Amino acid sequence: MTISQTAPAPAAAPLAAAPPRWRRLTRKPTFLVGAAILLFWVVCAIAGSSIAPDSPLAQSLLATNAAPSAAHWFGTDQLGRDVLSRVLVGSRDILIITPLATVLGTVCGTALGLAMGYFGGVLDAVASRLVEAVLALPSVMVAFLFIVALGPSELTLIIVIGFIFTPLIARTVRAAVLAERHLDYLPAARLLGAGAWSVMVMEILPNVLPAVLVEFSVRLGYAIFTVATLSFLGFGIQPPTPDWGSDIAANYGVLAAGYWWETLFPALAIASLIIAINLITDSLEQVTGS
Amino acid sequence: MSETTATADGPPEAPAGTAALEISGLSITYRTGGVDRPAVQDVSLRITPGEAYGLVGESGSGKSTVALAVVRYLPRNGRVSAGSITVAGQDVLGLSRGRLRELRARSISMVYQEPTRALNPSLRVGAQVAEVFALGGMDARERQDATAQMLGKVRIADPAAVMRRYPHELSGGMAQRVVIAMALAASPELLILDEPTTALDATVEAEVLDLIASLRAEFGTSVLFISHNLAVIAKVCDRVGVLYAGSMIEEGAAGTVFRKPAHPYTVGLLRSVPRRGQRKDHGPLPVIPGFLPRPDEVGAGCVFASRCPLVVEQCRTSAPPPFEVEPGRVSRCYRWAEAENEMEEGTDAADTVSDAAVPDGLLTPSAEPLVNPPGAVSAVPPPVIALRHVSKTFHGGVQALSDVSLEVIAGQTLGIVGESGSGKTTLARVLLGLIPPDPGSEVALDGVALAPSAQRRPLAQLRALQIVFQNADSALNRRHSVRWLLSQPLARLAGLSGAALRARLNELVAEVRLEQRHLPLRPAQLSGGLKQRVAIARAFGGGPEVVVCDEPTSALDVSVQAAILNLLADLQRRERVTYLFISHDLGVVRYLSDRIVVLYLGRVMEDGPAEAVFDGPHHPYTEALLSAVPQLDGVVADRIRLDGEIPSAASPPDGCVFHTRCPRRLASGICETTPPPVLDADDGHSIRCHIPPAELRSLQGGTL
Repeated sequence: MTISQTAPAPAAAPLAAAPPRWRRLTRKPTFLVGAAILLFWVVCAIAGSSIAPDSPLAQSLLATNAAPSAAHWFGTDQLGRDVLSRVLVGSRDILIITPLATVLGTVCGTALGLAMGYFGGVLDAVASRLVEAVLALPSVMVAFLFIVALGPSELTLIIVIGFIFTPLIARTVRAAVLAERHLDYLPAARLLGAGAWSVMVMEILPNVLPAVLVEFSVRLGYAIFTVATLSFLGFGIQPPTPDWGSDIAANYGVLAAGYWWETLFPALAIASLIIAINLITDSLEQVTGS
Repeated sequence: MSETTATADGPPEAPAGTAALEISGLSITYRTGGVDRPAVQDVSLRITPGEAYGLVGESGSGKSTVALAVVRYLPRNGRVSAGSITVAGQDVLGLSRGRLRELRARSISMVYQEPTRALNPSLRVGAQVAEVFALGGMDARERQDATAQMLGKVRIADPAAVMRRYPHELSGGMAQRVVIAMALAASPELLILDEPTTALDATVEAEVLDLIASLRAEFGTSVLFISHNLAVIAKVCDRVGVLYAGSMIEEGAAGTVFRKPAHPYTVGLLRSVPRRGQRKDHGPLPVIPGFLPRPDEVGAGCVFASRCPLVVEQCRTSAPPPFEVEPGRVSRCYRWAEAENEMEEGTDAADTVSDAAVPDGLLTPSAEPLVNPPGAVSAVPPPVIALRHVSKTFHGGVQALSDVSLEVIAGQTLGIVGESGSGKTTLARVLLGLIPPDPGSEVALDGVALAPSAQRRPLAQLRALQIVFQNADSALNRRHSVRWLLSQPLARLAGLSGAALRARLNELVAEVRLEQRHLPLRPAQLSGGLKQRVAIARAFGGGPEVVVCDEPTSALDVSVQAAILNLLADLQRRERVTYLFISHDLGVVRYLSDRIVVLYLGRVMEDGPAEAVFDGPHHPYTEALLSAVPQLDGVVADRIRLDGEIPSAASPPDGCVFHTRCPRRLASGICETTPPPVLDADDGHSIRCHIPPAELRSLQGGTL
């Protein structure tokens, strides 16, 4: 418990920079609610198998499609697997894939955006057109192409989503860099002999970091939605691994037969995680003022 | 109601009847962090119809807060906690929403510092001014005529053409005229001008001030004029109130207050402005020690007690009441009678220092013999910087610099003067390698040609040339601590690390009079003066030969400016550094400079020793610049007016570029056709003009 509690904090704390800001963040009720929900799912992802009442994979053909009861709080699915256990454990893969994919996209996008904004000129013109071209493609189509080419795996998902996010984040970072470019601290740094690399990393990056942080949390929400969508469509996390998106896909066919719990609970799980991230994002945006 | 207050504390000279503005016992608080913090305390003033009242104070004194309260535009967390405000007989604080709107529409107009921000960028000038008349219920045709008439009244030459333009197509001075026209269009009882000329060039400022004075005579409007610039207030206002830390510490007729101040703060403020002819080798400028306290930090005593040279025990325990120095003249100082002597004594002291102490005496501070090479003061000092035929053309053919040649002698200060658009900043950036000059330009440091771009210059050359920017907020990376910022030049340029770096850092901090406790802070946590000290320290960290100072004090209050100028002069003495000092403030330039170059449209108009440039003969442009500066001592030379606007640098006028505005243009027409020669007025003093220097001198015999 204590381990998992400190786990999400260091990820955000160094980015949040000044301690007063961090404290203003923790005073916001929206942030606290969001953080609590996220924390809950992080705990599930780490310790899901030991918390879950049953094995998420254990089939019981004698108890298929059982309605929620004292034995199975969320009921069972078509194969008689405990829905609660599948929902709890189902957080694991999505919470591994999405942050890694978002980090990849943020790092690549920030680097690209810094270079575009700082160097400008031909590099910016060419890169901007490429970014627009990628953004013009429907992201699910791009994902399909990658997955078909590389085969569905967690690594593929991370790379695909990172690739899709890179131009989006690059565009935001570029705009933030342009706002810095007219400030005199940049010529001042050049006169101190700082090269392009150190001006970008040491001088500009700290100033655009709040925007990057907000962008990261926005994209994290999208990443969760994207992974769930791809899983639902069969291109994401593959059965029988418990996963919210693929569970919905597997069970929504029997929704008409009245077995609502098999679809509703994974759907609520996705919704709660996205809402939690959006709550955190909103608070971050307010605190960083971007 | 107004009658009772008038008899209670109104100055005796004030005629009975309705005042245009009457503020009595006004206190304003701002709520921050859940606590009400006072910003203005017990301020009373009265402006009679047709009177111009000046409110002077440094930033943080509460002058703008007072102005905002008058129109009830205080920010959400601001609150009037006591007192009353009456405009033309109406109690502003008690007005209903509708009546307040009415009051803002008809009785009060405001003019702010940035004219371009006060105008809607997407509306043509004509439509914007006409809006005011529309509120007055005029129909479309009448509005057009009234607008044209109004623009004519603010001395806009071609109203019809200006009405069709958008605000971004106007120069700063023109835009401010339009704003003033809009303000006067409603024929308000009270016109509030909040630093209306601070963003303008001296020549334009002079024109706007003239305009305000003549419009006052024409319209009879009462004026509340807010400014940090004492000379501007002295020029425009009948009476003046001095605000300090939210309290009105002195009030009286403008002439008397500035000639014979009755409060030590006013004295300090007046003395910290470099006076006519005051130079760096006359000794440092007097400064007010300490910092402006926040109004809520002031205890029971006088607000100025912590910085006052006349402070006595009584000052710390009980706030002084307003003393009536003479009829209509009030000072909140127990020792007001002695304050004026302080002014005299101060002046004498400064003068005796300057007379007695030879500059060289100051040059050898006992503590630091430092790196003064014995051969430094040779007979003919070599130029450390030499610019030959430097031009810079930007995209679209805008020629920011045209064939500029100049030299800077080691250890001296070259002042660069000119209006905005004259190419001062471009010159600095070309020298530093931030902008490459046109091919054929030569920039040399110590006789060695410099690469056009800073990236191509070796470390030694980078170290030799540094800059202090105008705006420290922009020049200091807000994400880094002072320690990090100051370590940069030491690590990169001086090649220091570890203990040596820390030792030098501490020295550097002490040299610019910062303190150790400032090191972990970020720029936003420092005051304007401290930030500029950090910027200066950074420039000096690598041990530069030449430091370019680009308007380093123009964003600062006068008392802070004095301290920064002293610091710069002191550093120059000790480190024998050369300055290229860019400023639009001629008093400041004169204080620091050994030589002065006057730029107009990217061309050198005059170049000479500082004294010669100020004493004359002057180039007609220099003459106009000098006469535009409002003087505190009230000595008003015959103003040389410049007609028209500074021409576009993309299509400079033929012949002499200054002929379109020149008050001394020759009747022969030579100025319009032939570029003028550069003529020597004196040894090392040259003027680019068709009129020979001797003739210029006799023409200008009256001035200065």
